[in-house]
Amino acid sequence: MPKKLMKGNEALGEAAIVAGAQAYFCYPITPQTEIAEYLAKRMPEVGGVFVQAESELAASQMIFGAAAAGARVFTTSSSPGISLMGEAMSYITAAELPAVFINIMRCGPGLGGILPSQGDYLQAVKGAGHGDYKLLVLAPSTIQEAVDLTIEAFRLADKYRNPVMIIGDGLIGQMMEPVDFESCTKPPRLDCSAWATTGCAGREPHIVKTLFLDPNVLEERNRTLKAKYERMTREEIRFETYCCDPPPDLLFAAYGTTARVVRTAVDHLREEGASVGMFRPISVYPFPDDALRQVAHHPAVRNVLVVEMSMGQMLEDVQSALQGRRPLHFYGRGGGNVPAPEELIDEARKLLGNGHGGKR
Amino acid sequence: MQREVTFAGFGGQGIMTAGKLLALAGMAEGKEVCWIPSYGPEMRGGTAYCTVVVADRLIGSPIVNDPENVFAFNRPSLDKFAPRVRPGGLLVINSSLIDVQSPRHDITQVLVPCNDLANQLKNGRSINIVGLGAFVARSGMVSLEAQRSVLHKEFGRKKGDVLAATLEVFEAGVRAAQGDKETVRA
Repeated sequence: MPKKLMKGNEALGEAAIVAGAQAYFCYPITPQTEIAEYLAKRMPEVGGVFVQAESELAASQMIFGAAAAGARVFTTSSSPGISLMGEAMSYITAAELPAVFINIMRCGPGLGGILPSQGDYLQAVKGAGHGDYKLLVLAPSTIQEAVDLTIEAFRLADKYRNPVMIIGDGLIGQMMEPVDFESCTKPPRLDCSAWATTGCAGREPHIVKTLFLDPNVLEERNRTLKAKYERMTREEIRFETYCCDPPPDLLFAAYGTTARVVRTAVDHLREEGASVGMFRPISVYPFPDDALRQVAHHPAVRNVLVVEMSMGQMLEDVQSALQGRRPLHFYGRGGGNVPAPEELIDEARKLLGNGHGGKR
Repeated sequence: MQREVTFAGFGGQGIMTAGKLLALAGMAEGKEVCWIPSYGPEMRGGTAYCTVVVADRLIGSPIVNDPENVFAFNRPSLDKFAPRVRPGGLLVINSSLIDVQSPRHDITQVLVPCNDLANQLKNGRSINIVGLGAFVARSGMVSLEAQRSVLHKEFGRKKGDVLAATLEVFEAGVRAAQGDKETVRA
């Protein structure tokens, strides 16, 4: 199949089909509703289940139920809807079930607006729900990468029996770019015969639960989850560096659509002879601390500039990774405004233009 | 090399489709392409616009605030986007609905009476295709060949004489942009 020009939302829907998703429950919300529109048609075609739930609360609990029954399952929403799903994320993680959540972020807080944002970063990586749990969180910056990571998300959800989240901003959902599904492989289905609630005729019942009143039993569950997150940190770190060899004078850090704007700014600045580069986390939980440190702590790097479509969220993870050893700066836009390359070029010039070797 | 255009008009003029067809032609040429819609709160009858980027390498920022080319299909779009055309760039104006030009002298302005041309061919709905023909012919952002082959592919499956009618208005747009020198103001 040649490349197809697809809107991000539709491509995400097709990616889930390619990944072998069996059930999809959702409640419409801009800017991701086209995923539901697309899958309302596509899921029945592949023998899957599509239910438009009565609310995000219901959709996310349907995910919990279907995952417990051993189905490959996912949902999609946008910021306010994801907040409502926080409870289910906590429960699904506690029950150690695989599921995929996609958040096409819009600007907030509150009902906010419908334009792109990265304001749900902390919610995604630190937890929308209660209790000691984490999601594995991946952040694509092109439609092709959104497709690849969505398929990967289903594999990782099975590998860890833990929910995986994709965070994309509204532009990832609304843009059209060429996508290729040919190189995508369907992840093998997890053997869930040891725990899924598939009917207990002829065997002991399987029980999926999240209530553990015995403190030692619950602590054991906490330790099991902790071990998963440590394994994710060892095995699932993903990032990209751009123009970091040799390490630049000014290092940008950005993810998602913002990283594309940074890439354009970096290209312009380098044409002027400035020494700039970019570090782009792709897995944002686990965060690529070590990889970032390896670049940013090189003696050539004098400043780090974090750019986000928020008032500073990934900034906290960068801050924690850098341990205060490099001056850290921030440029953020909100309200649904996407930074223009020119704005970033101006910010960079302020940091480069102090007579300390901005030029190569 | 990266080239961009913003197509702007009101809802129903086929702006988004024109952009998509252009992006498909870029793809057919083996280029990187990106189509970005105006998405946001809009009222019925308000502005609708999309930006298409065609490049020979990975496309960075999908947001282009100073596009090389703008096609204004209605007056509000001219007012909004003419000031943003990059100096030295191209502004195409749908002169059927817009009776003014931009006061700028650092861009090329081309007038194409899209509605009149489409109406003459009894295909009043296809003003976007007239515009696409004129734009591709004038800008060379993609080749006319690639654009025609995309039209064949996209409209060839439709019933009746849709393909022939579409190609007819497309060529009318091409001729309008190539031929009539009086519509050009440097």
